[in-house]
Amino acid sequence: MTYLTFLEIALPELWEGTLITLQITLITLIIGFVIGFPAALARIYGGKALGAISTAYTEVLRGTPVLVQLFIIYYGLPQFGVTLPAFSAAYIALGLNSGAYQAEYFRGAIQAISSGQMLAAQSLGMNKLKAIIHIIIPQAFRLALPAWANEVVSMVKVTSIVYLTAVPDLMTKAKMLSSKYFNPIETYLTAAVFYLVIIGILTVVLSYIEKTTRIPGLEMEAEAR
Amino acid sequence: MVEPIIRLDNIHKSYGKDDILKGISLEIMEGEVVVIIGPSGTGKSTLLRCINQLTVPNSGRVWVDGVELTDPKVDINKARRHIGFVFQDVNLFNHLNALNNISIGLKLVLGMPAPNAKEKALLELKRVGLEQKADLYPGQLSGGQKQRVAIARALAMDPRVMLFDEPTSALDPELIGEVLEVMKKLAREGMTMVCVTHEMGFAREVASRIIFMEHGVVVEEGSPEQMFANPQFNRTREFLGKISELYGKHTE
Repeated sequence: MTYLTFLEIALPELWEGTLITLQITLITLIIGFVIGFPAALARIYGGKALGAISTAYTEVLRGTPVLVQLFIIYYGLPQFGVTLPAFSAAYIALGLNSGAYQAEYFRGAIQAISSGQMLAAQSLGMNKLKAIIHIIIPQAFRLALPAWANEVVSMVKVTSIVYLTAVPDLMTKAKMLSSKYFNPIETYLTAAVFYLVIIGILTVVLSYIEKTTRIPGLEMEAEAR
Repeated sequence: MVEPIIRLDNIHKSYGKDDILKGISLEIMEGEVVVIIGPSGTGKSTLLRCINQLTVPNSGRVWVDGVELTDPKVDINKARRHIGFVFQDVNLFNHLNALNNISIGLKLVLGMPAPNAKEKALLELKRVGLEQKADLYPGQLSGGQKQRVAIARALAMDPRVMLFDEPTSALDPELIGEVLEVMKKLAREGMTMVCVTHEMGFAREVASRIIFMEHGVVVEEGSPEQMFANPQFNRTREFLGKISELYGKHTE
């Protein structure tokens, strides 16, 4: 079989897998943001108890392999009577994992903002909540964007571990094709190109967002320092 | 009897074992321009921040405009609205242009509708001579322009008093003049001002009182004439001599 005839069979399969990969990436990133951003706020502004919970969460999830986390949720929880479909298990495991990383990126961004910004807001009579929402968060999002873009790119690739729980993503499709046609080089290289294109497109989109949200004059100031 | 607009009673502040303020009492009357001088690390900025409670004193009481700010029941955010504060490191909101730096407080704190807030912000920018720069972001302004916007931001809240924490010490020498001009104009308009600054030209010209602080206490205070011509303590004379040499020249 020539590579072209193989592609005719493989492309629709890989495309299906790509859609699943994108779906898992998107949902995972959203779950990660919904958990990670409040976790960062809790760690900085939440006081001792909330801060400790947030710290424990980020350290445990960043300190253990994501594959172990996925297996605990997919294979471990049924022992306690909680059996999750493969997709849900993937969303939860990867979402929790991404949340820990996103928490750290947002924490770094918030802490990079000079404490004078909060003082200035308070000196005008703003309460802390208003200052966080209107002064700190808009700046923190911009500062976190490069690291967050990195998390997006990384998550596209990390999702490939779901082939171990039989979620039909791009990696799983590639594995199936490879065992069916005994051509691992062609299959996996083709799959690699798919990943590369996804990530290339995402990178262009994210750097466009980074450019359009950049604060005018700020890069000038950074150079002057 | 006229009540002082700012009253500090026996303010103490320490960080760990370091006593920064060791019992400061002060009364400042409406319309006064008080200049606080003293060696660095003496607690001048801490004292200023104790007035609007950005730094909470360990003990002692603070009244501004008849309200005791050290009373735990007082809504400190509400009280701060009318105490303008200008920082040494400016602290303009980096993500907002000059106009929005000024209008954000009007909208979020005073609840002013957006069009009115914009109008008022433009007026305040005009007051500091920067109406042309309304659309520029802090990163696009010079140090002096930034500090003038910061003053306009504080003035927009219609403060009863203005506190200045070394507003010119982070600026290039040639930019100091424009900021001092704005401050002098404000002083002449009758604003109550407390300024931590070593700009002796400014002090000579508009201060009603100079306070010399060292090691967390007030060493001596008096009118500029008295302080420059006839200080009671040698230490005051020595310090004034030194800073006049360093800072006095370019503002005269």
